[in-house]
Amino acid sequence: MKILKIFIIIFLSVGFSHLKSNEKNNELKSKILKNIRCLICQGQSVYDSESEFASSIKLIVEKKINEGLKEEQIYEFLREKYGDWIIYDPQLNKNTYILWLLPLLLFLFGGTIIFKKLNNQK
Amino acid sequence: MKNKFSLFIVIIVLSFCFVIFYKGLNNSNIYEPKIKDKKNIPIFEGKDFNSNNYINSEKIFEEDIFYIVNIWASWCVPCRKEHPLLMELSKNQSIKLIGLNYRDNLNNAKNFINEFGNPYSQIIIDNDGALSIEFGAYGVPETFIIDKNKKIIRKFVGPINQKIVKEIKLIIK
Repeated sequence: MKILKIFIIIFLSVGFSHLKSNEKNNELKSKILKNIRCLICQGQSVYDSESEFASSIKLIVEKKINEGLKEEQIYEFLREKYGDWIIYDPQLNKNTYILWLLPLLLFLFGGTIIFKKLNNQK
Repeated sequence: MKNKFSLFIVIIVLSFCFVIFYKGLNNSNIYEPKIKDKKNIPIFEGKDFNSNNYINSEKIFEEDIFYIVNIWASWCVPCRKEHPLLMELSKNQSIKLIGLNYRDNLNNAKNFINEFGNPYSQIIIDNDGALSIEFGAYGVPETFIIDKNKKIIRKFVGPINQKIVKEIKLIIK
């Protein structure tokens, strides 16, 4: 009886841990697919698209996750094949410096003007 | 003086925005991935169309010649349009054509080859489209030129035409 109890506990814990890791992988897969642009239905994410290309990408992403690749490694694989544009979230590189830094510069510029005006009023 | 300077800055900023948006209007909003550098061919194992045996990429691209990888499917209408040109290219002894049968029904694909002829020295089955992704393709038809160093040097999206055939012939000369 005791052996049976131990067996059931081990069986359940293995089952639950497997379910948990599956759930984690599914969450990661959805997160990645929502951040990949479909090149056929441009403007839609691979997650939302039903095109042949999107279904192939879904399979590849699932395969890469099961192989143990991290999120950034999967993006890197796709970037190497299709360029930066395939990822919705652009990386900071020489082509995107303006995109990332312009809002910050405008914020600083605007802030300086407001600060100066307030100082002058005093 | 201060007002004039502000007006000048505003005009400069507005002109800059106008030029950017005007240029953007003329640009195509359809993105096409381009090959920046010579990329190595992917390492893969695929199922042979005729024998159903698995074969690896090293074996497929083992000869010291130019290869053309063409992604095709029997359901793809533009593939029918480019097929006679692929037949023409297959007569050239200095290149080998490798077909990647993309997400297709095997019987339909065999009927397609029987009807229009077989330009390929080898056809690999790509049932789930994963091999095409490894090549960086996103549709059918797509054609890749691989040089003697086993690097992808050129990529053509969509059906090839006479102009592209001429370009291919120039590259392999």
